[in-house]
Amino acid sequence: MQHSKTQDTLVGLFVATGIAALFYMALQISNLGSYSSDDTYTVIANFQNSGGLKVKSPVSIAGVRIGRVSSISLDKETHESVVEMQIESKYNNLPDDSGASIYTAGLLGEQYISIDPGPGISGDFLKDKSKIDNVSSAIILEEMIGKFMLNKAEGK
Amino acid sequence: MFEFLENLGKATRSSFAKLGRSTLFLGHTLTGIGDVIPRPNLLIKQIYSVGVLSFLIITISGLFVGMVLGLQGFYTLSDFGAEESLGVMVAASLVRELGPVVSALLFAGRAGSALTAEIGLMKATEQLSGMEMMAVDPVKRIISPRFLAGFISTPLLAALFSAVGVIGGHLVGVGMLGVDDGAFWAQMQANIDFQQDIINGVIKSIVFGFVVSWIALFEGYDAIPTAEGVSRATTRTVVNSAFSILGLDFILTALMFGDI
Repeated sequence: MQHSKTQDTLVGLFVATGIAALFYMALQISNLGSYSSDDTYTVIANFQNSGGLKVKSPVSIAGVRIGRVSSISLDKETHESVVEMQIESKYNNLPDDSGASIYTAGLLGEQYISIDPGPGISGDFLKDKSKIDNVSSAIILEEMIGKFMLNKAEGK
Repeated sequence: MFEFLENLGKATRSSFAKLGRSTLFLGHTLTGIGDVIPRPNLLIKQIYSVGVLSFLIITISGLFVGMVLGLQGFYTLSDFGAEESLGVMVAASLVRELGPVVSALLFAGRAGSALTAEIGLMKATEQLSGMEMMAVDPVKRIISPRFLAGFISTPLLAALFSAVGVIGGHLVGVGMLGVDDGAFWAQMQANIDFQQDIINGVIKSIVFGFVVSWIALFEGYDAIPTAEGVSRATTRTVVNSAFSILGLDFILTALMFGDI
């Protein structure tokens, strides 16, 4: 069977462009480019209500993302929401009296955990499996509206 | 009344027989793939005719689909003051759905119909029986390289479609309508997950490539060897491929993204 060199080259070019497009999608379009496979350590916080927080929601300090939520489960005895988060190991100098709060990005945006670094009185840092005690729960819009309405009604 | 029942029975039986033939045909084709690997020239020639020649229609369609998505998305999102999410919208719809589906539909129209007509005509002009006479297995020699070529080309074409589409969306959204460049990419990267979106999109296009190549080659191989028979087989290829692509897309989406 006859075949030409040009055809080989064109097929090669085609396959190369296709693979390049796949790489382009992986690196430019998806989160793979910003994905960090660095080591992480786990920090646990119990919230009274974790609201709309989801697995993979960001964990940030001062707006900088330092990790992600890895699991959310219910503590059967206290009926609190147990949130585990993976924090990148390079941020290993968070004082152990830091606080965690659940905030909403924008009025209706997704929820995330914000860590407020504490004064560090004991001089210890958060380690793997440490627990954050100073927490404040998610702000639930419906609850707020409910309270507001109640206050209004009582005020009259 | 009896005639109706008789016809119904005949139609049911023949459709089952066809399903059986097509499954055996697929098995035969797949076993023939092993023989293609030592003869890469056969494969290269077929990748050229199904892949490289579909390159232009795929890139141009991808560009326009991306541009339309950018335009439509912008007008809808700007009602909610969320123009910055344009990048996510364009990329998610392309990578998850439009890329694999539209490129497979175009592939069925551009390459699938050509495959059916080619094989059907080979059958009509008794080239396939001629090969059998010479103790060359026509399925291994003719069908398997074409099948493998279609199977390899579709994911590449779908990836191209999506990538060019995102560029088209960027062209319209950022270039013409003034969405912020940084927000366009940043929101896209934050919300498109490699595993969830891109890998699943590639899996979809691999499945579509498999099904479209199978349908196109089987219809050609099974065609009634007359001019009319080949033309009907070509029509059936396009119609059945479109049905299978869209039906499978629903099932795959439900499995991948839904909690069914």
